[in-house]
Amino acid sequence: MIPAQPAAAAALTEVALEFVDLTLGYDSHPAVHHLQARIAQGALVAVVGPNGAGKSTLLKGVAGALSPLAGEIRVHGCARSDFAYLPQIVEIDRGFPISVFDLVSFGLWRETGSLGGVSRAQRKRINAALDAVGLGQFARRTIGSLSGGQLQRALFARVGLRDSPVILLDEPLTSVDADTARDLLGVIRQWHDEQRTVLAVLHDLEQVRQHFPETLLLSRELIAFGPTHEALQPANMLRARQLNEAFDEHAHACHRRTSEAA
Amino acid sequence: MIGELLFAPFIEFSFMRRALVGCLALSLSATPVGVFLMLRRMSLTGDAMAHAILPGAAVGFLFAGLSLPAMTLGGAAAGLAVAVVSGFVARSTVLREDASLAAFYLISLALGVLIVSTRGTNVDLMHLLFGTVLALNDDAILLLAGIASATLIALAALYRALVLECLEPTFLRSVSRLSPVAHHAFLLLVVLNLVGGFHALGTLMSIGVMILPAAGARFWARDINTLIAVAVGLGLAGGWAGLLLSYHADLPSGPCIVLSLGGFYVISLLIGREGLLTAWYRSTRHLEA
Repeated sequence: MIPAQPAAAAALTEVALEFVDLTLGYDSHPAVHHLQARIAQGALVAVVGPNGAGKSTLLKGVAGALSPLAGEIRVHGCARSDFAYLPQIVEIDRGFPISVFDLVSFGLWRETGSLGGVSRAQRKRINAALDAVGLGQFARRTIGSLSGGQLQRALFARVGLRDSPVILLDEPLTSVDADTARDLLGVIRQWHDEQRTVLAVLHDLEQVRQHFPETLLLSRELIAFGPTHEALQPANMLRARQLNEAFDEHAHACHRRTSEAA
Repeated sequence: MIGELLFAPFIEFSFMRRALVGCLALSLSATPVGVFLMLRRMSLTGDAMAHAILPGAAVGFLFAGLSLPAMTLGGAAAGLAVAVVSGFVARSTVLREDASLAAFYLISLALGVLIVSTRGTNVDLMHLLFGTVLALNDDAILLLAGIASATLIALAALYRALVLECLEPTFLRSVSRLSPVAHHAFLLLVVLNLVGGFHALGTLMSIGVMILPAAGARFWARDINTLIAVAVGLGLAGGWAGLLLSYHADLPSGPCIVLSLGGFYVISLLIGREGLLTAWYRSTRHLEA
């Protein structure tokens, strides 16, 4: 899955996302530079790279929260608004008086809208989604009583309910314990089995090697994209680090680095 | 005997019944709006907007005297203008929303008092600042009822969007285009209810019927539906108790109503399910799991 791939091979699997000479950034400073890649429909892709490599920026761009400075993101087979995006920092008011059940039920927004009620069948689906992330017993608790890991489980349940063909996860496992990470990786695996396209920003390379068939290694520029064991070869990792450092020095001359927080 | 104390004034005097109906309408609409105001951490914003209504109402008063439509329109226009302008200043300059609101409402308040005092009497000024709940005429009652009906319909239509706008605005924006609609419709509801409340309780007190029941209910309820129900209940009880207090002790009614609401708030603060004393009692024991 190297960018310059013959068209015939690409036709074998449907392409879900296409990055065409994509440059994303803030205040015209690129955080993702001339990215060229195709993500197959149903692919499970880890987005890996050093801090400040543009991983979060890429996901924001795919989610539509950030417009490209140049190039474009082509979406095939569904609308951008169908994507489910779980940001790195979820701006959720933990003190808000609402139950875990109700929080997760917002995953059905596309079906209920602002006016519609939640039907009996939908309640079943919400409960099933809670059970799937191990929160079945917590449905009636308020969200303020959840731990960080439990809240992340609830947010995964909500993402699942949205029934999105494309799921974008920004560092979903960064602040959760080993048990939670294992369960959530199981949920991601389930989505993969259901033929959904999943892009996840991850830092733990062991997790990536074990659970993600494909990896996109990013350091502002695309370093490698393909089967995980090839993309994560030491030579590529070294290049990613060097490129990132080189950019830091260079940034000095440009007055200002981008505000990429990943 | 107790029954007489609690009900007789309302049976005997039509102005008391009118006042009670006015309080009922306000509790049904202003209180749920106040719950959202509180949950969005905008309690003080509401306070500022209540003050901002004064110059608009004063300009209405300048042109038409103590005329209900003129003062209502003027008040609503001024309230909306301050909300929109301070929101704009907060978004496009370094000043935060609370500071810019405070700036605008202080200017508005001073302007309002100045306008009324140049043309009216002290009685008129007191009327604007503290309302006339015991002298609600048919028009005022219809206005309050109309605002209550419109508010309840709007809240029902936008309920889920409003909850999400408070809880997690970024998520609402990712699934729906309703976020700006919900935000601005909500500001409009705040202004409408403050204008309604100002006829009964005056500009200074009208925010009380929004915030005090909502704040009190927070100590009882763990989810938003219960929270709204309890807040409406506290609002009704406060209005009723305040009118009785004002009647029996021969005190001004507006402050009595707000003080009664305040009394229920303090009681909730102490013995509510999440209140101070309850928390202290609970801290001495815990469940097994």
